[in-house]
Amino acid sequence: MTRARAQTPTQRDEALQAALLQRTEQWQSAAARSERLSRERAANLADATQMADDYRLLAHDLARARRLMPDSRVRQYLEAAYLRAHATLYREASRPAEALLSLFRVEIPAVVRWLTPHIIWATAIFILTVGAGYWMVHTYPDLISLFASPDLIATVEHGQLWTAGILNIVPSSVLSLQILTNNIVVSLFAYCAGFVFGLGTLYILGLNGLMLGAVFAFTGQHGLDGALFRFIVPHGCVELSVMCLSGAAGAAVGEALIRPAHGDRMKSFQVAALRSGKLLIACALLLVGSGIIEGYLSPRAGIPLWLRMAVGVGYWLAMIAFLRPFASDVTPRTESTVFSPVTPAAPR
Amino acid sequence: MPTTRSRATPELLLDSVTGVDLALPVAGAGARCYAFVIDWLIRAILFAAWYGVAALIYNGRWSFAAPLNPDPRWFVFVVAPAAGTYFLYHMVLELALQGRTPGKRMAGVHIVARDGSTPGVGALLTRNVFRLVDSLPLFYGIGLVATLVTKDHIRIGDMAAGTLLAYERTDVALPSAADAEIAGDLLSRWSSLTSDARQHLAIEILSRYGYEYGSTAATDATLRAQLERLSRGPTR
Repeated sequence: MTRARAQTPTQRDEALQAALLQRTEQWQSAAARSERLSRERAANLADATQMADDYRLLAHDLARARRLMPDSRVRQYLEAAYLRAHATLYREASRPAEALLSLFRVEIPAVVRWLTPHIIWATAIFILTVGAGYWMVHTYPDLISLFASPDLIATVEHGQLWTAGILNIVPSSVLSLQILTNNIVVSLFAYCAGFVFGLGTLYILGLNGLMLGAVFAFTGQHGLDGALFRFIVPHGCVELSVMCLSGAAGAAVGEALIRPAHGDRMKSFQVAALRSGKLLIACALLLVGSGIIEGYLSPRAGIPLWLRMAVGVGYWLAMIAFLRPFASDVTPRTESTVFSPVTPAAPR
Repeated sequence: MPTTRSRATPELLLDSVTGVDLALPVAGAGARCYAFVIDWLIRAILFAAWYGVAALIYNGRWSFAAPLNPDPRWFVFVVAPAAGTYFLYHMVLELALQGRTPGKRMAGVHIVARDGSTPGVGALLTRNVFRLVDSLPLFYGIGLVATLVTKDHIRIGDMAAGTLLAYERTDVALPSAADAEIAGDLLSRWSSLTSDARQHLAIEILSRYGYEYGSTAATDATLRAQLERLSRGPTR
């Protein structure tokens, strides 16, 4: 006791340093455990709780090493080990099956409910632009050149839809693949374009609506609007709905930037992007189905209108059942285990 | 709350429940571009290799041309895998390698969430979907400008996903008992060696254990103190 009291600060530091350096085996064991648990599950409960103890041990010893040996190899080693332990400990639990089930059963319906106002607005904008496109070409037929290619215009003027006989040129499988890829990209783009304060999404929704209305008006002038409706109805019910859904997701992203609801703009943007992004997974899956219908069924002649209507409406009802917008067992604004925004560490 | 410290190389400062902070050096536009170019070369080579070999097998002769009439087999075996490799490269590898790709590994960077953890599946998917915006109008123009003007050097996809690119901490080995013995041996002969010789040997030994000596020459006393620290060794 007397000798300890007589120690100078330097001697005390050296004694502390020596005591610290005797724990290297524990550090190495902790580093090995965090490295292993970053790749695989813990062997048992003790293994997992030991990880938390290791984290505290590394933090404690790093704090001492920073003071006692600031420029040493030991401090560097502890920094790296502590960082790896931190990343392992804060990593999301990996339960893919459970996360997927929760995503489709709870989280996507919750997002649909959260986005209901945006979906209504996106649908209204889309319908308005369809009407505007129809009115423009109906009133000023020359304006069709703004919305349709010269080939399409020439084909319709010859009394045929551009889809007639397409299966003689392109096989259904290739057509489906091309269509669903294109539609998924457009859908993702409508979501991402919300980054420009929602204006990009508005542009994509508006342009698609104007084109649809304009082409309907143009085909109507040549007596082909019925044929166009027959072509569109099997796949279009879901395809156009998905366009409105992805537009709603993009609008939510844009709204988060215009009037942030979670602190600053960056945080709001992140929360909105991650939350509404879940809906894009559903959109992509639905577009695969409508792409297959558009490749295999829609262009095929000889399929009666009632069957086309049945497929279109049936698939649309299946979409509603999948998205469950009226489900009561989901909590709106549920935080996802897959798409959750990063939660900051607890303050000291 | 995690914040970034402004310096020549900004750092992501992480709070921890332990009370011991962590600082992650944030990668800038240079490291990002370096990683991207390597990854781009890899996926371009993979794309070309798959397309070339599959097209030769499909055509049965020295021709890479697509068939005049669209053929499902051409799309399934030639176009789809090649295009999938090119366009899904980042998404698949970042998910499989916990925020890393070969290019990022070579550049010594990896993707981290703002709490320092490995980003989740949702964040990585979102980050990659936003490449559609970042890659506009050409050659990742928007993404590049965003990394240059934001203080954390992040592109739009990182803003959406709450991620950033940080430098990897290189693994370091702890000095062992053998290292301590070598250092002790040099110290015992310290006074018998010329100043140049002992400094040369000391720097050679100490450099192996993480001590860095840049343009400024280390003094005799500093080197001796560092050797003494090493000679005490962690395993005594």
